[in-house]
Amino acid sequence: MASETLARDVAGSGARAAARSNQSAGSTARSLTFRIWRGDAAAGHFEDYHTQVSDGMVVLDAVHQIQSESANDLAVRWNCKAGKCGSCSAEINGMPRLMCMTRLNQLDHEKPITVEPMRAFPLMRDLVTDVSSNFRQKKNIRPFTPRPPDAPDGTWRMAQTDVDRVQEFRKCIECFLCQDVCHVLRDHHLHDEFVGPRLLVHAAQLEMHPLDVIDRTGDLKDKHNIGYCNITKCCTKVCPENITITDNAIIPLKERVADKHYDPLHMLLKLFHHKDPGSAES
Amino acid sequence: MAEYETHSYDVLVIGAGGAGLRAAIEAANAGVTVGLVCKSLLGKAHTVMAEGGVAAALANTDERDSWQTHFADTMRGGQYLSNWRMVEHHAREAPARVRELEAWGAVFDRTPDGRILQRNFGGHKYPRLAHVGDRTGLEIIRTLQDHVIFQQVEVNMECTVVSLLRDGDRVTGALAYDRERGRFKMYSAGAVVLATGGTGRAYRITSNSWEYTGDGQSLAYNAGAALQDMEFVQFHPTGMVWPPSVRGILVTEGVRGEGGILVNNQGHRFMFDDIPENYRSQTADNEEEGWRYTQGDKNSRRPPELLTRDHVARCIMREVREGRGSPHGGVFLDISWISSKLPDAEAHIKRKLPSMYHQFKQLADIDITKEPMEVGPTTHYAMGGIRVDGDTQMTTVSGLFAAGECAAGLHGANRLGGNSLSDLLVFGKRAGEHAAIFAKQNPAVAAKPEAVDAIVNYALEPFGRNSDNTEGPYQIQHDLQGMMQDNVGIVRREAEMQHALEALAGLRERAASVAVPGNREFNPGWHTALDLANLLTISEAITRSALERKESRGGHFRDDYPAKDEAFAHFNIVVSRGTNGEMNVSRVPLPEIREDLKQIIEEEK
Repeated sequence: MASETLARDVAGSGARAAARSNQSAGSTARSLTFRIWRGDAAAGHFEDYHTQVSDGMVVLDAVHQIQSESANDLAVRWNCKAGKCGSCSAEINGMPRLMCMTRLNQLDHEKPITVEPMRAFPLMRDLVTDVSSNFRQKKNIRPFTPRPPDAPDGTWRMAQTDVDRVQEFRKCIECFLCQDVCHVLRDHHLHDEFVGPRLLVHAAQLEMHPLDVIDRTGDLKDKHNIGYCNITKCCTKVCPENITITDNAIIPLKERVADKHYDPLHMLLKLFHHKDPGSAES
Repeated sequence: MAEYETHSYDVLVIGAGGAGLRAAIEAANAGVTVGLVCKSLLGKAHTVMAEGGVAAALANTDERDSWQTHFADTMRGGQYLSNWRMVEHHAREAPARVRELEAWGAVFDRTPDGRILQRNFGGHKYPRLAHVGDRTGLEIIRTLQDHVIFQQVEVNMECTVVSLLRDGDRVTGALAYDRERGRFKMYSAGAVVLATGGTGRAYRITSNSWEYTGDGQSLAYNAGAALQDMEFVQFHPTGMVWPPSVRGILVTEGVRGEGGILVNNQGHRFMFDDIPENYRSQTADNEEEGWRYTQGDKNSRRPPELLTRDHVARCIMREVREGRGSPHGGVFLDISWISSKLPDAEAHIKRKLPSMYHQFKQLADIDITKEPMEVGPTTHYAMGGIRVDGDTQMTTVSGLFAAGECAAGLHGANRLGGNSLSDLLVFGKRAGEHAAIFAKQNPAVAAKPEAVDAIVNYALEPFGRNSDNTEGPYQIQHDLQGMMQDNVGIVRREAEMQHALEALAGLRERAASVAVPGNREFNPGWHTALDLANLLTISEAITRSALERKESRGGHFRDDYPAKDEAFAHFNIVVSRGTNGEMNVSRVPLPEIREDLKQIIEEEK
């Protein structure tokens, strides 16, 4: 019974798969124009490249093809080509995306497809930007610090339901597309003052980690300037991992900061005890 | 005289995947200065791609598991060619390495009582893989990355090593260039740890990224170190096959661990047709039992889809060759069928295999909760690599250590899934520890300027050539990959491999005259030109080793010697550089296995 159903499923799937390849075979000899940013920090311009494409190709394939055919020195970062490492971030037709996960058939072929570097970061060359501020800023967020182990063998107990929300944040592949669209960074260039959505997600996974004992709300308020975020949710929209950055990470962090540092009762207590609840660490 | 920056550390770690990061952490903990050099940005190394999990006999999910069973499983999977001492260390220490990650912030999936959950994987007798959905590698690399930045480790990102530096018989550093500006950097060190990963880019169809050009193996070989087991390349049975541009991208074994089945174009579940004798007693003999196993029934045996990777890959090749394949030259991998078994199958699949769902949906327009995937073998992993001491991870050259995929010994003829992440952690730690000990006794030595000059001149040669009458590096790399795929791939024959050796000589000539346009600033053409030399070296090592092993075992399958040959069960094939630069191949006998371990193998049979 089960195997009969399966045989039918497989036959159907085979037919669909064959149809897909016929479709692509029918359209293999297409040439597309890619308008790619070339240049360095000093100067740059868009340059048009024509290359043959077939269905199923992603933007990164086309960029690689151009690189091997006509622009050997075209600078581009990439690694896994499967949406897991977050290296090939760029702006495609003006939208921040991973080049490896952007299928050509999702794009308008009537006009040249523009590929340019992330604009919120200093340009190194062509499609490669200097994202080192993200790595520097991470060091300013106090690291994971667990409570003492729960069991004599040095291990902890955590329920799956309690780690679900942290696991959402830990899906982050550090592509920095959220940083790219954050207006505080992109338009106001406050990379040294404001950590940006990626690192707020990082702070959220630490703050909400069931084992972590450090309170980072004071740092979030004063050092990382979480207040600069006015929840326009652009970061959430571009996240290739579909992390609900604003609603699940940033807003709850803002609420914690407000609870700890702007709650009138807290402020009153602080006045009497001369003690900053934000610095209480166990 | 060439211009270059100089840096000096007690321990220099080359590579920042799982093994390199773990080595750097350990060396820093030992109180020595540590420099870490990597080709990409921090956290982007190939470890990120590991999906299914990290193997460790925690015995959380099945209390019958133990290091002894893990030891026996790994020896059996490696067809008894592994360095037994490494297999022992690995099985004993993996649980502590995994728990330590939790102490550093990793969040693994949980058992109902709140401990680390483990899943089934090919060749492991019990559910043994600690995991986070199907993104375990990301969890591990991020945990190590976020830990290392708070240690006394200087990280040099986007920096490629051109050559190791030697002082007499000892390795004392490396010469590198930064990719951003093309500036040369001379690192002197008391000890050097290679953790550069694999060699997958020698093949056309691969799950590996651009970084996997055999750098560590090649650097070590050129510095006089021996390589071993290079003939054993793992072709993972399930890579994507369509669309063409995604061919080779990995489909995790976790799909089969969660109940996914392999079927041919007639809907026949072909893995039941061929179950090897040494696994028969552990393998289910009907579909129902196989399903129960994947759902955690301790009295059931595993389905044949979870046999070792070498075997599953060959079964898929057989189906395709005999005309029973899928439309694009693979077979079908189906997880959607479990909807007939589980009420909430769709949600279950999305929760357990989120990346796979995402990957197929986005890249192939396939909803894996509703229809089967098309899969076929893809070059995935190098079992062979740099020969190391089983206790210290020191190579055959003094001061040079190696860990992770670039080292050999743990996996023998075939690696079990999940044993790679644990390999990185166990032997990364050991390499870091012993490199620190070595460095404390052997201070860093600065290289002689003439030696540095020679390397710099070599690295800059491609710019000096006239690009009008020579070819660029990409075409040569492309031809090399196709040639290796066709001649030294999953099924090997004497004549084809002899042809490969001739072809390699031709490619080497072409590579020697390759020219690159532009300047040294972030120039991938230049980078590819320099990587070519490494790819050619390891391709030759793979080919010569594969010619020497005239039998079929594990990842190495010879059409002209299709059977396993007992005569070949007692030595590793070792490759080293001769005095005139020629590649020497020798057979090095395996050491006698310790009596108590021999007994474990017998008991676990």
